[in-house]
This record gives sequence, C-alpha cells and structure tokens, in this order.
Amino acid sequence: MSPRVVDILERFPGAHRDSLIPILQAVQEQEGFLSQDSVLAIGRHLDLPASKVYGVATFYNQFRFTPVGRFHVQVCRGTACHVKGSANVLDAIERELGVKAGGTTRDGLFSLEVVACIGACGLAPVIAVGGDFHAGVAPRDVPGIFAAYRERAKEGGSDAA
Amino acid sequence: MSATETFRIEVNGRPAEARRGETLLDVCRHAGVDVPTLCHLPDLAPSGACRICVVDVRGRGLVPSCSCPVEPGMSVETNSQSATRARKTIVELLLANHPDDCLYCVRHGECELQDLAQRYGVRERRYVTAKNDHHVDISSPSLVRDPAKCILCGKCVRVCEEVMGVAAIDFIRRGSRTLVAPAFNRGLNVSTCINCGQCVMVCPTGALHEKSHLKEVQDALDDPAVTVVVQHAPAVSVSLAEEFGLEPGADVEALMVTALRRLGFARVFDTSFAADLTIMEEASELVSRLKGGGRLPMFTSCSPGWVKFVEQFYPDLMPNLSTCKSPQQMMGAVVKRVWAGREGLDPRRVFSVAIMPCIAKKFEAQRPGMGDAEDVPDVDAVLTTRELARLIRLHGLDLARMTPGAPDLPLGERSTAGKLFGGTGGVMEAALRTAHWLVTGREMYHLTIGAVRGLEGVKEARVKLDDVELGVAVVSGLGRARRLLEEVRAGRDDLHFIEVMTCPGGCVGGGGQPLRADTGAVLSRLEGLYRIDRSEPVRLSHRNRHVQELYDEVLGEPLGARSHELLHTHYHARDGAV
Repeated sequence: MSPRVVDILERFPGAHRDSLIPILQAVQEQEGFLSQDSVLAIGRHLDLPASKVYGVATFYNQFRFTPVGRFHVQVCRGTACHVKGSANVLDAIERELGVKAGGTTRDGLFSLEVVACIGACGLAPVIAVGGDFHAGVAPRDVPGIFAAYRERAKEGGSDAA
Repeated sequence: MSATETFRIEVNGRPAEARRGETLLDVCRHAGVDVPTLCHLPDLAPSGACRICVVDVRGRGLVPSCSCPVEPGMSVETNSQSATRARKTIVELLLANHPDDCLYCVRHGECELQDLAQRYGVRERRYVTAKNDHHVDISSPSLVRDPAKCILCGKCVRVCEEVMGVAAIDFIRRGSRTLVAPAFNRGLNVSTCINCGQCVMVCPTGALHEKSHLKEVQDALDDPAVTVVVQHAPAVSVSLAEEFGLEPGADVEALMVTALRRLGFARVFDTSFAADLTIMEEASELVSRLKGGGRLPMFTSCSPGWVKFVEQFYPDLMPNLSTCKSPQQMMGAVVKRVWAGREGLDPRRVFSVAIMPCIAKKFEAQRPGMGDAEDVPDVDAVLTTRELARLIRLHGLDLARMTPGAPDLPLGERSTAGKLFGGTGGVMEAALRTAHWLVTGREMYHLTIGAVRGLEGVKEARVKLDDVELGVAVVSGLGRARRLLEEVRAGRDDLHFIEVMTCPGGCVGGGGQPLRADTGAVLSRLEGLYRIDRSEPVRLSHRNRHVQELYDEVLGEPLGARSHELLHTHYHARDGAV
C-alpha cells in the first residue's frame, strides 16, 4: 500500500466512522482515486468493514475507483449543458473512448468524469480535457477533439494542466 | 409515564391493547390484524424503507406502521382505500424493473413480492421501465446472488451486519443504480461472506438463494454404476415437516428415511452417528487440553460459517478451535474411506450426499483437506432441507403417508446426544456428558443441563467434573460471538469450553431451513430435539455401540493416528477476504 495513504491515515489518529468522508477525500486528493488497497486500509483504520467504506464512497459522485488518465475529461451535465444536448455529447465520448463515466481508458490516456456544473454555462455544452475547455461541443466534434490529444500524447508534448 | 403503561387505541373500529413504546405494527399484530411488511425485521430497529406497512391514522393520514410509535387516542384503519391503494402502488413500482420471470424463479410460490402482487390484485404492468440487468453472482459455493430480483429492502444487509457481525454486503451506488453487493462489487467468494445463508432466510424475493446441488444428486441417482448414500443432519428431521404443512417441530425421521429410500438412495445414514463420533474426539480433545495439552478456552468447530469467521476475523484465536471436523465431514470420511472398502466398493463410485439445515455445509464440503490423498471428496453434494423437500415433491412422494423406516447400520445408529447437535447448546450438552465420563469414569447424574438449553443467544454455566470446575459458554449468532471473542482476546480466562453455532438458535435456525419460520417455529424444532432426548434410552455418545465398534476395529482410540487422519483438520488465516 502506498506510504502516502499511511501518512494520511496517521493524520487521523483514533478516528471514528464520522471521519470516513474527510479521509476518503484526503486519499483521493493525494492519489487521484481510491484503490482497493486504500479502501481496505481506511476500513482497518476506522474499524469499518470494506463493504461499508465502499458503499459510502460509491454513494458520492466525487469519488473514483480507477486512476485518472493522462488527460482527465470532465463532461458538464449541468442544466444549461443538458438543455443544449450534453447527454448526446457524453454518449459520443463514451463511445469514442470505449469507457463509461468514472472509467479510464486501457492505454491510461483518458479518464472520464461527469460533473454537475463546470461554471461556464455560456459555453454550453462544455467539456474540459486535461484542463482545456471546449465550448459548444456537438457529438460530431468528439472524434476530432480526442484525435488531437492522442496526437499530442504521441509527440510526447506537454499535457497542460 | 412508566415504560409498561398500557392503553387502548382503535384498530379498524375495534379496541386494541397498546403499550407505550410499541409501534403501530406491533399493536396491529397483537390484535390479530395482519399488516404486510417487506423490510421489517423483528428484534431490530425499524428501517422504514419499503413503506408497504402504511396504515391510515385518523387526523394524520398514511404513516408507516413499523416505525410509528403508538400514542393514546389513535384510531387506525389498516385497510382504508388510501392505504390499500398506496400498497398496491408500491408493489407496482417494485415490479417496474423486476425481471418478471416468476415461473422460472426458485422462490415461485414462496415469494413475498409475488404474494403481495396477488393480495393487492396487480393485474397489469402500470409502470414501464427498463428491466434490471445486473449480473448474477454465482461465485460462492453456497449462495447465488441475483441483484436483478432485489427490491432493496435491506434485510440481508442488516442481518449480515447486525445479527451476524460480518457485513460482507452493503448498498453500493445510489438512486436507481443502487445495488446490494460485496465490497468493490466483486464476487461473494472473495468477500468476507461466511456462507451462513441468514440473508436467504430474510430475503423476500429470489435475489438470494442457495446454490442447488439437486441436479448433481439426481444425476448420481440415475447412474447405475454409482452407489449413492445419504446422511441427514440432526436438525432436518424436526424441520422437514413444515415443508409439507405438518406441525413445526414434529419429528418425521422415520417417514423421511423411507422417502429417501424411495428416492433411490442405497443407504440412509444419520449424521448424528458422526456427531457421536465428533463427541468422542472433541470431549477427548477438551480433556487433553484441560490436562495441559493446548489452548483454552476450546471452541467447537462443527459450524463452518463460524470456522471461516474465526479464520478471517480472529486468526490469532485459530488455535482455540477444536481440530475436529464437523459431523458431516467425519461421516463423509468414514463413508468413503472405511465403509466403502468394507462393502467392496470403489470410493470413486460412491456418491455421498449430505442433507443439511445449512448452506455453509456446501462450502465446507469443498474446503481443502476434506477428501483423501487423491482429492476424492468425502462429501460430493449437500442438499438443504428445502432442496430435499423439492426432491420429494419432484418425485411425487407424500411424506405423511410413508411407512416408517429405520436407518441403515452401522452408520445410522445414534445416541440422543448426537441428535442434540441440531440446536444451540446441544454440542455442549453432549460433550459434557461424555467429558464427565472421561474425567470421572462415571456418568453424570442429571444428563439434562438446563443452563445450556433454550433459544437464548448467550448462555453460560459452571459445570463440575468431580474436582474440576469448568466454565462453559454457548453462543448462537455470530454478532454475539464477536463480543465474547473480544472478551477472550482481552484476557478473560474463566472459560474452558465455548460452543458457537453460526445461526441464531443453532442449526434448527439454519440458512437451509424452511422459509418463513418465526422464532416460535425455531423453538418448536429445538423442543423436538429435546423430546427425542427425553424419550429414547441411549443418551450418551460413548454408549453408541457402532461408534465404539468403529474405534475397536478401525480407529483405535480417540485422538489416535487414524482418527487424526480421518477426523481432524487444519485451519488457515484468510487475510485476503474483503
């Protein structure tokens, strides 16, 4: 298990179940996701069964269970984006990447996350890829957007944020 | 106001006795008014999840009766139009994403959801949505988990955590994607599930059921080259009656023996014989540990859910577990490795079936070390009491009309001590009777040890074997066992022998037993065992003639080399279980 997770747990000595969510957040912030080992270690630390820790973690959209990819993709499903057709955009991205929201592509390049509102309603429907915002995305734009990032990865270019 | 203050309220226009602190559901049920429930579990705090128990309270409208405390002056209608309509709507909503494959479902005819759909006259699909398409989890040797049929009542989750102290499953995700599953949504086989099946007993639908071995058994019975022998556990004969509409607790052993022969089993043996054998070994082991030969307190080891529980949660206490195999596995080893040879049969052509009140026995039969050196398993298939009833019905047999039959010798002989194994406290009582004889050379004056009898979850007693005084404890339900283990871990040292049965009430309340039995039915089964113990002459395991013969001719003496090879086993820590 990651020594960094051990460090985090040491910051919560004698913690009880009411510390579960803060610990989950701290571990995810550090690791980028919640690994099985982390979930088990958190359970041991709080004397909670793994099923319970996992149950709580899966209740919230903010937690992910696969590592983030080189480019983290956020698809806004807020009201404005929804009205402008973000469901179809998400659908197209899931097909393009071959993973569902919450997943990471096998090559580790892209991880996909659905967010409630990105705060850029004027650009709806909006997605963010590795920190770059793409405004007014239509399903037919999706292959082109991702091809550009694949190209960038091949060139070993900068990942941006 | 005192806690026992009683008053009257009105239920369906008639007066009903109520006590402060009771819920409306309690009051209705005491008054003989049936209010349906799906998520309610007696003895646990109400969860109010399903809402099917709504009743109409004058001036307040619909309230869930399971979680509404009764108050003086209440007037309740349980079947007002709004209450029955609400219930019907709830059933219709539950059915909206249900697979609707009732005809093919193992719980067809025994399903609470189906019954409610009938009761409230659901005749059309009012809410049309996509069906659940969750995968069936068949990874467990004992259980099948079919989340598509789950209505999320949460009873399995609560029993697993609050009664059994295991918490192998929980709700994962949220909203319409909610699912009951083990951690990481993995298979039950890699989870901390101990295979007790108490979740099956509370599941209102077919979402949780035992992994059936009926096909394997029927195939063996149909194969002329195979000799199929069967053993039946002590709790089965006092429980099977309920499957055929007879009185709970009625002992139908003689009828069942004939039914088993009619089904085609070549020999009908009695697991209680092996229970007597277990007592010979286990009482000897206790005496040897008392004389300084091992860790105390000694724990019983006949309940496979409990054994796995210790292996995964208390590996430091594994040396406290008796090394004795369970009666099922002792019988299996004797059948394949002693009896078969004597009959001139190749053990590979003997198919050994065990009828058990338990689904963890299916897991136990395939544990490593439960076969000979060439991995021929000692027990080939395990049927639950429910599966036996299905097999009997499949063959069109009328259990009540069977001519009483006697089991086959030598492995069908038993003492009533062996029979007591079927209920909480029974192993303790049987073992103490024989330990007394081993230590003092005399029989106990009073064979009945009242302090370890009854359905109570934790029982303790001090028992004198001449100048040795033993501290003994009897626990059923692993949540309670956990508390006792914590005391032992913390250094409690006045106990010498602890009997633990996984399921509340012991095997009579096992996860393979007839469904929908209440505490009263479980108690009747237990009393059925006590009745047998009262009414038969041989009440001591060491007085079982054929067990003694087995020692004379094959085993030598308890804890001897041959005994160790056939009748004892090893345990291993399970760190990997999640």
